Amino acid sequence: MTKKMKLSQLGDILQDLDVESLEGVTVEGDIELNITGGGGLNPALAYALGNEISQISLHMANIGRMLGFPAEQLFASAFGLGEMPQAGQLPTSPKIQELLASKFEVAKVDNWKNPIQEVTLGATSGDGGSRKSTVTIGGENALPYYFDAEMPHRNYVTMDVFDMPIGMAKAVKGNYEDVINDPAEWAKKVVRDFNADMVTIHLISTDPLINDTPAKEAAKVVEDVLQAVDVPIVIGGSGNPEKDPEVLEKAAEVAEGERVLLASASLNLDYERIAKAAMDYGHNVLSWTQLEINAQKELNRKLMKQCNVPRERIVMDPTTAALGYGLDYAYTNMERIRLAGLMGDDELTFPMSSGTTNAWGAREAWMVSSPLNQDSDWGPREYRGPIWEIVTGLALSLAGNDMFMMMHPTSVQVLKEITQTLYGSIESEEIDITNWIGAEV
Amino acid sequence: MKINSPLEAYKFLPATNCGECGEATCMAFAAHLIDRSKKLTDCTPILEDKFRKKYEELDGLLAPEIREVEIGVGDKIAKIGGDDVLYRHKLTFFNQTQFAYDVSDTMDEKDLVERVNYIQDFKKFYVGNFLTVDMIAVRCTSGDPAKFAAAVKKVMETTDLPLILCSFDPAVLKAGLEVSKDRNPLLYAANKDNWKEVGELALEYDVAVTLFAPNDLDMLKTLAKTFAEMGTEKLVLDPGTFPTGKQFKQTFTNFVKVRRAGIDGDRDIAYPIMAVPFTAWMAHDDPVSASYWETVVASVFTIKYGDIMILHSTEPYAMLPELHIRDTIYTDPRKPVTVDPGMYKVGEPTADSPVLVTTNFALTYYTVESDIASNKIDCYLWAIDTDGIGVEAAVAGGQLTAEKIKKGIEESGFDLKKDTSHNTVVIPGLAARLQGDVEDATGANVLVGPADSGRIPGWMEKNWPPQNK
Ligand code: SF4
Repeated sequence: MTKKMKLSQLGDILQDLDVESLEGVTVEGDIELNITGGGGLNPALAYALGNEISQISLHMANIGRMLGFPAEQLFASAFGLGEMPQAGQLPTSPKIQELLASKFEVAKVDNWKNPIQEVTLGATSGDGGSRKSTVTIGGENALPYYFDAEMPHRNYVTMDVFDMPIGMAKAVKGNYEDVINDPAEWAKKVVRDFNADMVTIHLISTDPLINDTPAKEAAKVVEDVLQAVDVPIVIGGSGNPEKDPEVLEKAAEVAEGERVLLASASLNLDYERIAKAAMDYGHNVLSWTQLEINAQKELNRKLMKQCNVPRERIVMDPTTAALGYGLDYAYTNMERIRLAGLMGDDELTFPMSSGTTNAWGAREAWMVSSPLNQDSDWGPREYRGPIWEIVTGLALSLAGNDMFMMMHPTSVQVLKEITQTLYGSIESEEIDITNWIGAEV
Repeated sequence: MKINSPLEAYKFLPATNCGECGEATCMAFAAHLIDRSKKLTDCTPILEDKFRKKYEELDGLLAPEIREVEIGVGDKIAKIGGDDVLYRHKLTFFNQTQFAYDVSDTMDEKDLVERVNYIQDFKKFYVGNFLTVDMIAVRCTSGDPAKFAAAVKKVMETTDLPLILCSFDPAVLKAGLEVSKDRNPLLYAANKDNWKEVGELALEYDVAVTLFAPNDLDMLKTLAKTFAEMGTEKLVLDPGTFPTGKQFKQTFTNFVKVRRAGIDGDRDIAYPIMAVPFTAWMAHDDPVSASYWETVVASVFTIKYGDIMILHSTEPYAMLPELHIRDTIYTDPRKPVTVDPGMYKVGEPTADSPVLVTTNFALTYYTVESDIASNKIDCYLWAIDTDGIGVEAAVAGGQLTAEKIKKGIEESGFDLKKDTSHNTVVIPGLAARLQGDVEDATGANVLVGPADSGRIPGWMEKNWPPQNK
């Protein structure tokens, strides 16, 4: 600031400072700043103005000094500063007037190279069965609904039918009272009224500790169900490891050619017999393990290597625990299995099935009210139950589960709606959310 | 964080093994830094001036990929963001999704207070704790700054829960801030039209601000970059929550993209994400359908990367599953699945008290224990070693058998004949099929309890003390 200056140069200085470009500011002949805008002055503009005015005052002070006035002392006493501030030290924090245009970019995942196996359930007359249509699951190249790769098939729901009346939550039971003694009618009902894609017939009466129904008799129920509906079916045993192989063998025999899913082969029973029944009569095998990824690998490996089950005939059930009762393990177990499969673990590249009905074991789904009096009111259970089943299934759908075994018609309807929305097949009217804050609800 | 092995963190530590951090060695401490179970400030020596450079460098390396943003003050302060992974099993998710429930400034005052009280009092006992919800979002539906300020004030008088101030009008937000500035509220929201003014407010009051760019990730990033340049990184991103159809699918894609980009290292977009399941109410007129759909939308974005959300339904059938799915996703997957097998005394059991059997799956065990304890039932409770599998699955899978039960009881040195007056064991209802086997194995009377431990009190009234056969 040693440059000599004349008052006449002031105009140039102001020009350098770009004062003219400031809206609402005019410079009069006798250096009178006229700032308009008042309270409505835009804060960014006010800041910029302040900056400019300070700059001007600095230049003025310089002129003052040239005239012999100790301007620096005046500044120091006015602002409590020891030194005359230099122009460069003034706050120059950027006052942004325009958005910094930026483009969003994100990469696709590059290590999902291994597609999930496709498995078809059910066989039409052309394929030696009698189903009107088939269901194909699997085939994914990415986590479900992700933009990295198109998901080839939507999720499917198979609804539970039992070969005897069983204990059910009240909200569930209300839907089946008229068919509870007739599995064939029950099967018809879930397909006709509740939009089930498939039916699971659970032969629980075969359990020696329940009715010990002979395998042959149980097989008749399977025949009835196959007669009653023309969708693909799943056949479940009672869960008794001694009895199930025999029961599923007989069931497989009467369902020959229908490409049913036999539920299930597990490590704690004679899985070889079940695998053989599937191979002999043209069915698929559900490979069931309990929340243990290594056990799942082992069983799949045994089914493939030891029992020669072809890859396109294996579906996994890595176990579903209900929301609030271990769903965190079930979710992460499935997610890990799916990610491992996509990244190339050939022992885990199979579609998955979930016993979503397990959600009804959660007390929140069926109890009238909380057993603990410190809890807030739990509200009506007829709404609590179905949403428990929905959220349990929905979480697992995001972890990679393909097929859901379910029980309550409302749960089935909503789960289908949300999974198909995520899948991209649900059209709906567009909703403008730009002003959602003001929405009336 | 930018490093992933303890060795990389160790290089920056003082290497004296002084033990101030509670670990025996600097290396052990480094391992806790990497799994984020300890904070760098726990190492007091590194805070000394001579380590300043190392501290700063390491602190930067350890910073989570997604920035952490604080809302509220005092013990109700809520942190959001702070994540380092896309999948919970890779580490864990930090700072569970914050649930804010809306009120509006055109509500009747009495209704508003009642609603706020209901929200702040809502609780659900679960595994030793209460699950609760977190915030109040005040929506300006009046368009009137004074009305809005009055509503914010009323909410503040009623609760300490953190606040979200919702309006696109800077004058309204300013009025809200004036009354609530000591509570560190979150502003909702700056958009492409009001960003300058709302940005200035965020800076002036030093509060976090949400950036709203519905289905426009370029604009979202543009706003975030601009705000960072203006001088604030206390940002929350709202890519828009469209409730239905193809728009919903796009919303899902946007959430996944934003979080992936952030975790992959794009600092410009590495902020917490907001979901607004509230919009379900714009798609459904019937309140049950709207509540259901809102719960479903909230669940999707609790699982996939929503760090904070604004909700409307306070029906228990919406709040309970929302609370549980959040707990599901944010529970640290590294925590043990099991309790130690063995005998536990609940209350002060005597020889006349019942002997109950359950599994050592932590969830099952704590549920049973809290049901018994909260109903003041004294008993002996056995956690049988089922490898941490629940009752039903363990019976099916052979991890809960008569032999296991016998072994479990014997190994704790308990003698049913001598130590009880009744020689009776109560097995879970879901293990009913083991009754005969357990009788044979233990020689004791075996009663089948209820299928759900919540029914133990009722069951006890009818079945205890046992009638001698
Ligand atoms: S306090 Fe710091 S210096 Fe001391 S042992 Fe722990 S990490 Fe090492």
